[in-house]
Amino acid sequence: MSSDRRPLAVTLAPPLFWLLLFFLVPLAVVWAYSFGRNAGLTEIEISGTFANYARTLEPLYLGIFLKSAGVAGLTTLICLVAGFPVALAITFASDRAKTWLLLLVMLPFWTNLLIRTYALIAVLRDEGYVNFTLEWIWARLGSIWTLPPFVPLELLHNNAAVIFGLVYVHLPFMVLPLYSALDRLDRSLIEASLDLGAGQLRTMLRVVVPLALPGIISGIVITFIPALGAYLTPDLLGGPDSQMIANVIERQFKRANDWPFGAALSFILMYLTLIMIAVQAMTEKRKAR
Amino acid sequence: MSHIITVENVSKRFGQVAAVDDVSLAIEEGEFFALLGPSGCGKTTLLRMLAGFETPTEGRITLDGKDMAGVPPNRRPVNMVFQSYAVFPHMTVADNIGYGLKVDGLGRAERDARISEALDLVRLTGLGERKPDQLSGGQRQRVALARALAKRPRVLLLDEPLSALDAKLREQMRFELASLQHQVGITFVMVTHDQDEALAMATRCAVMERGRLVQLATPSDLYEFPNSRFVADFIGSVNMIEGRLTTDKPDEAIITTSELGDVFIDHAVLGHTGGTLWLALRPEKIELRVRDAGSPAPKMEDSPQGYNSIAGTIDHIAYLGSESVFEIVLEHLPDKKLRVIRPNLTRWDQEDFAEGQPVWMSWHACAPAVLAG
Repeated sequence: MSSDRRPLAVTLAPPLFWLLLFFLVPLAVVWAYSFGRNAGLTEIEISGTFANYARTLEPLYLGIFLKSAGVAGLTTLICLVAGFPVALAITFASDRAKTWLLLLVMLPFWTNLLIRTYALIAVLRDEGYVNFTLEWIWARLGSIWTLPPFVPLELLHNNAAVIFGLVYVHLPFMVLPLYSALDRLDRSLIEASLDLGAGQLRTMLRVVVPLALPGIISGIVITFIPALGAYLTPDLLGGPDSQMIANVIERQFKRANDWPFGAALSFILMYLTLIMIAVQAMTEKRKAR
Repeated sequence: MSHIITVENVSKRFGQVAAVDDVSLAIEEGEFFALLGPSGCGKTTLLRMLAGFETPTEGRITLDGKDMAGVPPNRRPVNMVFQSYAVFPHMTVADNIGYGLKVDGLGRAERDARISEALDLVRLTGLGERKPDQLSGGQRQRVALARALAKRPRVLLLDEPLSALDAKLREQMRFELASLQHQVGITFVMVTHDQDEALAMATRCAVMERGRLVQLATPSDLYEFPNSRFVADFIGSVNMIEGRLTTDKPDEAIITTSELGDVFIDHAVLGHTGGTLWLALRPEKIELRVRDAGSPAPKMEDSPQGYNSIAGTIDHIAYLGSESVFEIVLEHLPDKKLRVIRPNLTRWDQEDFAEGQPVWMSWHACAPAVLAG
């Protein structure tokens, strides 16, 4: 090792050691568990079996995987549709407004996810702010016409609440990469399109979207991956039929006490994630070429 | 009416700042019109108002007699060549050129014909399938030109079209742009901060300063008959000398200066006797002669009021090949210099004029432009 590289090694060594000891080693242990079987209450025998992986393909678990992918996909789609205009608006805002708008987008990151989720419960529950407001309006209308008694809307503990919560949590993951792609876009390309006679819609579809595509793809990947593995949101906002794959994994490790199967489920999720990241990296590489 | 574009009392304010301040001008059909001025003079803002990217705060712009107020860029019969070229990087050259034609609803055959016609016009024949990142800067600019011209606009707008090219290519493109304009017969309106570019290509130039139109003239009139010190100074290089009008007759005027003494002018000067005036004397209009000890000041035959000449010594020479630029210290005012340009007509021409050589500088009575402000 040449002497000028030594400072680099010294700086990198502690975090690398940390990563190795507390991330890669436990991960390897869990990976090993996924090829094992329960031998007694706390003992796991690493037998090299693929039985756990075979079990993940049972209709029950396959269904939950598909459902999770569906929920995450719908969340990503809503984030994209809602986030694109937001990113566009920030791009074209004045420099001063831009700083504030970006701050507003990032603000939720500085609040604990658990607190934000409980706040959503406070908004959506039967006696929550939404129903409270609706009841108030209902009462005012009731003084004009005769209305049946107010029945609160069931906004919580169902799939819609889960998707609502996931969109709320993941929107910044979509907006920020979209914004950075749109902000890099040469404005004169948009003007050139208008100048050549294209309307706003054609300019958007033929010029802005194709050129922002790398940002759109990374926004989709960055949103979809954490949404697929969401645990807290379906756990707190969902109903009995809203469980996603992360909730199932948690149950294997805790109540079911089946660590090998939980490990196999975890690694299936991990492989899916790695495949998605690889596909994205490949498309990006082709773009850059 | 032969005016293709009229700009009537147009102002554009961004907050408190007037980028364009009460500008009126008319552009004729088939002209190569240049908007010229230093950066920040409002020329680009004016061009963008013609394209429809900015709306005038006050005033009116007409195109073919139609008021352009409220007409968006995509509905105006003008096309623009952007300073950055703005060639779509995700489309081939042919798709770039075809983009505007597709918008117009042209069929495939018609489109292909127009694309290859446009490629031929800008001498990019056969490069239609290339992507922009496979082209040089000069070629990308040609794509931008072809894309705009393929639309057969009434007016082609060019925003600093040559500024991103290197010096050699820039000079070549000047001729090419001018001949292209001649060939297609479309009215060109160009923005530039480069006076050489404007003089070389334009049929008429509008000089702008701080949002205002200061002079609108042909290139030679701008150079020889500037109407202000700003224009004289901005276009080309000039010796600017302050003086007082001491004699003013119908065909003779004398302006008394501290640098050049009494300067004879062979025409009347509009001004009042005793008032301050400026003489703008171009460096190439001053003739240099070797001054030997005791040799008399040279006579200039065709100058009825005698000659304007003054003694000096060569202080510094910039040899530019085709010509040499001299800085010459005045004999009676050693801290004042005049700039003189002398063509190197023969290959040993410059030998007589070395640094430290005493010289006579003389000029015709009609050579300096007399400016009131």
